[in-house]
Amino acid sequence: MTSTNPAPEKGEITADNGTDTPADIAVRTGAPAELMANSIGEYLRIWVKQIRSGESGALPVIIGLVVIVIFFQIKSSAFLSAGNLVNLMTQAAFIITLGMAEVFVLLLGEIDLAAGFTAACGAVIALYLVAKNYPWWVAILACLAATGLYGAVQGLIITRLRLPSFVVTLAGYLFLSGALLFLINSTGQIGNGGVIRLNSNVLNDIEAGALSASASWIVMILLVLLAGVMMYLRDHRRRSNGLVAPPLSVTLLKVAAIAVAGIVVVLVGNSNRGTLFLAVRGLPWVVLVVLAVLVIYSTLLSRTRFGRYIYAIGGNAEAARRAGVNTNRIKVAAFALCGMTAGITGIIYSSYLGSISSGVNGGANVLNAVAAAVIGGTSLFGGRGKMLDALLGGLVVGVIANGLQLLGLTASAQLMWTALVLVAAVTVDALTRRGRSTV
Amino acid sequence: MDGPLLQLRGIGKNFGPVQALSGIDLDVPAGQVTALVGDNGAGKSTLIKTISGIWEPSHGQIIWQGQTAHFKTPRDATDAGIATVYQDLALCDNLDIVENMLLGHEVRRHLLLDEVSMETTAKQTLSDLRVTTVRNIRQPVGSLSGGQRQAVAVAKAVMLDAKLVIMDEPTAALGVSQTALVLDLIGRLARRGIGVVVVSHNLTDVFQVADRLAVLYLGRLVSTGPASEYDTASAVDLMTTGTSRRTGRADNGARIPDSGREG
Repeated sequence: MTSTNPAPEKGEITADNGTDTPADIAVRTGAPAELMANSIGEYLRIWVKQIRSGESGALPVIIGLVVIVIFFQIKSSAFLSAGNLVNLMTQAAFIITLGMAEVFVLLLGEIDLAAGFTAACGAVIALYLVAKNYPWWVAILACLAATGLYGAVQGLIITRLRLPSFVVTLAGYLFLSGALLFLINSTGQIGNGGVIRLNSNVLNDIEAGALSASASWIVMILLVLLAGVMMYLRDHRRRSNGLVAPPLSVTLLKVAAIAVAGIVVVLVGNSNRGTLFLAVRGLPWVVLVVLAVLVIYSTLLSRTRFGRYIYAIGGNAEAARRAGVNTNRIKVAAFALCGMTAGITGIIYSSYLGSISSGVNGGANVLNAVAAAVIGGTSLFGGRGKMLDALLGGLVVGVIANGLQLLGLTASAQLMWTALVLVAAVTVDALTRRGRSTV
Repeated sequence: MDGPLLQLRGIGKNFGPVQALSGIDLDVPAGQVTALVGDNGAGKSTLIKTISGIWEPSHGQIIWQGQTAHFKTPRDATDAGIATVYQDLALCDNLDIVENMLLGHEVRRHLLLDEVSMETTAKQTLSDLRVTTVRNIRQPVGSLSGGQRQAVAVAKAVMLDAKLVIMDEPTAALGVSQTALVLDLIGRLARRGIGVVVVSHNLTDVFQVADRLAVLYLGRLVSTGPASEYDTASAVDLMTTGTSRRTGRADNGARIPDSGREG
C-alpha cells in the first residue's frame, strides 16, 4: 500500500499521487467507496480492498451471523424453520432496541448501565395504567415521558456535577432495581405476587400479533420503494449541484440488497408457522416497530445537527465546545433519548412476556444490549457507531440465545457463548484496525 | 483600508500578583502577516488568548476595525471576525473535512442537514485557498497529514469570514514539505486581504513568511516593525535579552512609532 510520494507541488496540499487507482486512495484515506468509484466494478474493487485493510463496515458481523446460523442449522434442522425465525425476531427485538438506546450514549463515550431497569420500571408504569383501564396510548406516552425524564436526570447529574457516567448509572441501576420492587408492591392488587399482567390487546399484539400476509408484502414493497426514491433523489441533487455522486449502478445494487433482505423477511414471516388446523402467517408487528425506530434514529444521528454534535463530542469534545456546541445540553438530550428508548424496550419486553415482574434481570439485559452495539461495530470510546450496529449485533446475540436454547443447552452455556462471541467481535475489530494503521 | 485592522493600546494582564503582560501597544494591519515571537514565558499565548476572547485584559483597550471592542467569550471574537487556530487545531478525527469545516455552523434545509450546500461551500473555500488536491473532502480528518489538517483548520476559520486569523505555532509539529505548504497557505491568506498573526518559535519560518515582526520579552513588547529590518541574530537578541545593539531599532519597551505604512 505504501507508494513513494513525489515531492508535493508548491502551493498544493497533496493527498495522493497520480498513479494511484481510486481504490488505493479510498483505502488510504477512508473515503466512502461509492464516492470514489466510477463504475460498479470499481466500487466492488474498492470495497474488497477496504475490507482487507480494516475499513470493513458491517461486513464482519454479517459474515459472523451467517456462520453462526449455518452452525445452528447443521446442529438442528428446526433452526431455519419459519416458526423459529419469527420467534427469533420477537426474542431479539428488545435487545435491539435497548442496544439502540445505548448507541446514543456510547457515541459520546459514555454508558448507561441503568437502562435495563429503566425499561422495567417504564413497563411497570405502562402496565399499571392499562390495568387501570387507561387507553394504551396514554400508557405508552406516560412510560416514555417517565423514562425519558429519568434519563435526563442522569444526564444532568453527569454533566452538571461532572461525574463519570459509569458510576452515576451504576447508582441508577441500584436505585431502579429497588424502585422496580417498590413500584410493583405499590400497585397493590394489580401487582399481586410481584407480577403485573399485560391487560391490553394492542400492546400484547406488538409481539404476539402479525400483519396479514398481503399487508406484509405491501408494507415491505413501500419501504423498499421509499428507500430507493430517497437514495435516487439524494444522488440526483448532489449530481445537479456538481458534486460527486455514487454511480447509478451502485445505488441500484444497494436498493437490490435492501429489497432482497425485505423479501426474505416477508417470506419468512408469511410462511405458515401454525398448526395443521390453524394457520399463522404474517410479519410480527414488532418488526415494523423496530424498523421504524431504526429509521427515525438513524435519520436523527446522520441528518440532523443534534446527531452531528453527538459524533463531534464523541470525537473531540473540546473541538465541539470551541465550535460553539452546547456540549452539556447535547449530552443531557442523549441520555434522555437513551432513557426513552429504554422505555420503548420496556413496552416491547412486557409485550413479549405478556407481563412484567419484579424478577426482571435488568442487569443482564443492559449488558447484552451494550454487547449487541459493540458486536455491531459501535466503539465504547465514542465517536464511532451507527444505529444499524445495534440491529445487527442484537441479531447475533438473539441468534446465539435462540440456537443454544434449541439445542437444549442451559443458560450457563448461552451466557458463556455470548461472551466468547463478544470477545471475538472486539478482537476482529481491534485487529483490522491495527492492520489499517500500518497502511 | 484606512488604519490597522486591530490596534492594541496599553494592554496589560495580571493573574493575581503576577503581571503576564504590560503596556502592549501593537497594530495588526490587514493583508499582512505579523509574526509574534518571543521566548517561552514571554507572554505570546497570553496575548493571543486576550485577543481571541478567552479572557479579558486587565488594562488597556482592544480597538477592532476602529472601534473599541470587548470580547467576553471566544464566541464574541469569532463573531467579530477573529478566528484563532490553536496548536491542537480542534478538529474531530471521526468527522470528515466538510463536517469539520462547518461544525457549529451547519446549514439546514427542512430541518435536516443540507449536505449539498455545505459540501459546495467547503469545496469553494478549499479551492479559493488552492487546497486543491485533497481528492475527496468526504474523508475523515483523522486520515489527513499534519499539513492537511492545518489547512482544514485554517479553511474552517476563513470560511467563517474571518478578517483576522491568529495561528498558534502552525508549523511546530510538521515536517519540511508540510511546513512549506502551510507557510504558503499563510502567505495566500494575507494576499486575500486577511490579517494574519502567527505565533512561532521558528525564526526560519518567521522570516520566510512574515511582513512584520513583534517581539515579546517578559510580558512587554520590546520591538516591532517590518520584518526586513531584522535578521535572525537581532531577533534572537531581542527575544533573549529584550534588546539588541545590532539593529538599534528599539530597546527595553521603547516603542518605535509605526503607522501601517511600508509595503
